Amino acid sequence: MALYDKTAHELQELLTAKKISAAELTADVLKRVDEVEDKIGAYITITRDKATADAKTVDDKIARGETIAPLEGIPCAVKDNICTKGIRTTCASKILENFIPPYNATVYDKLAGSIVIGKANLDEFAMGSSTENSAYHTTHNPHDLERVPGGSSGGSTAAVAGGEAIFSLGSDTGGSIRQPASFCGVVGFKPTYGRVSRYGLVAFASSLDQIGPITRDVTDCALVLNAICGHDDMDSTSTATPVPDFTKSLIADVKGLKIGLPKEYFVKGIDPEIEQAVRNVAKKFESLGAEIIELSLPHTEYAISTYYLIAPAEAATNLERYDGVSYGARVDGADVVEMMTNTRTEKFGAEVKRRIMIGNYALSAGYYDAYYLKALKVRTLIQKDFTDAFKTVDLCLTPTTPNAAFKIGEMTSDPLKMYLQDICTVPVNLAGLPAISVPCGVNSQKLPLAFQLIGKALDEATILRAAFAYESL
Amino acid sequence: MKISEQDIKTVASLSRLKVRDEEAADVLFQLNKILNYVENLQAIDTTNIEPTTYALPMQNVFRADVVKPSLDRELALSTAPLQEDGYFKVPRVLEQA
Repeated sequence: MALYDKTAHELQELLTAKKISAAELTADVLKRVDEVEDKIGAYITITRDKATADAKTVDDKIARGETIAPLEGIPCAVKDNICTKGIRTTCASKILENFIPPYNATVYDKLAGSIVIGKANLDEFAMGSSTENSAYHTTHNPHDLERVPGGSSGGSTAAVAGGEAIFSLGSDTGGSIRQPASFCGVVGFKPTYGRVSRYGLVAFASSLDQIGPITRDVTDCALVLNAICGHDDMDSTSTATPVPDFTKSLIADVKGLKIGLPKEYFVKGIDPEIEQAVRNVAKKFESLGAEIIELSLPHTEYAISTYYLIAPAEAATNLERYDGVSYGARVDGADVVEMMTNTRTEKFGAEVKRRIMIGNYALSAGYYDAYYLKALKVRTLIQKDFTDAFKTVDLCLTPTTPNAAFKIGEMTSDPLKMYLQDICTVPVNLAGLPAISVPCGVNSQKLPLAFQLIGKALDEATILRAAFAYESL
Repeated sequence: MKISEQDIKTVASLSRLKVRDEEAADVLFQLNKILNYVENLQAIDTTNIEPTTYALPMQNVFRADVVKPSLDRELALSTAPLQEDGYFKVPRVLEQA
């Protein structure tokens, strides 16, 4: 097996045993990037020279006999909405085409020592489910180049699936880590809201956004979570709850664990092949000694409406900062208002403008109560569904997506149809819960399928334990 | 129709966006489709239900009021489209008397 295809924990063993060097490993991944990047298009910016220099730093450290952290020397990709000092951070938008952040996101600092190969493509400002909303290019699914990798973290998941990074960071506001992980056949984790600092993550919907890992297996997922979780003074919404060592959860034992199957996730609109695959996963958990309990999350059908009012309302507010004044692009105008209007009209893409308008409409006088406030109240009910379910079960098992990866161009003309892609993932963000997407085979067209495990708030550990048990079968 | 052409003009102006004439019909069609879809929320009885803005309990975070190093002025200005004498530069806001 080529180095670029291995997991981080395998590579770390090879590095510490001095069987390979970080320079060799980085060169191997960069060579792979040269071979496949023009077909996949996972990256917006490739930081080749920095990666090569950083690998040498790690090798020097190993040569001096110093111990290296579990992810040091491991090549990774970082979603291009995570600020990297001195490295262009575009959010896949023309409005930030030349934006060079003057500071680092906390997660980027926490990964110090890992070798960043580049900044991964996404839907503009993380708004989308296919990367087709990127102002630069569409990323192609490594499993079938005519299909989307999912989104918005499609560049991050395609990089890991295509051998262009060993692991990556994505961000998840309504499924943006889990849905593309599902489409690309890799593991994707959205931690509990507040587990990972959002400092330096370009804000989309602040009450929903969360950074998380995209990896090749559950062990790597635990390693990345160990590196990035934890309180940060720079993010007032980050939780002070102590972070356990997640590698301690890598136990292949689910005996006595109660896993709920919410019936609303197995309804019309869900591809029968996915439904079957997830029901088979339930049987496997049962054979391992877990108890499967059918249950109901009755407000699930309202999650998309709730999300597509709250997220755009928060986005409209967050994106007010792109006014052509303090950073980003500017398009001239006769006065300040015209300059701002011209800048935003020309530099934002169609989907971003659509969401800003929906958001401002839902927040405007006369509509606030009917749309925004109503959505916040239904959010309470959606959260309560989970609170009630978790009185009886430890985890919920669902599909991650209603269908496997779709063709590029298939849904671009129908934004609402694209929104419905998020049906299985948005309730989790609305309730602030942690959830993982784990591959579970392929469909009749050889496209990856996946299941989702949703856990109680701050109980990432139980999710990892069950996912690891499944993976160990 | 939930939203009219005039509503779109108003919301675009609030958003500091311009809807070009050739896009107007499609913008109107898509926004209406989305707003019609979210209408299903109206069927839920939310009497006495408190709104949730953050899913997890949030509290105000205090820190000691001490001066700490912050972003260097030149660095902060380095990202500006236009700057002069240590300031962000914008087109004239007030008319000359």
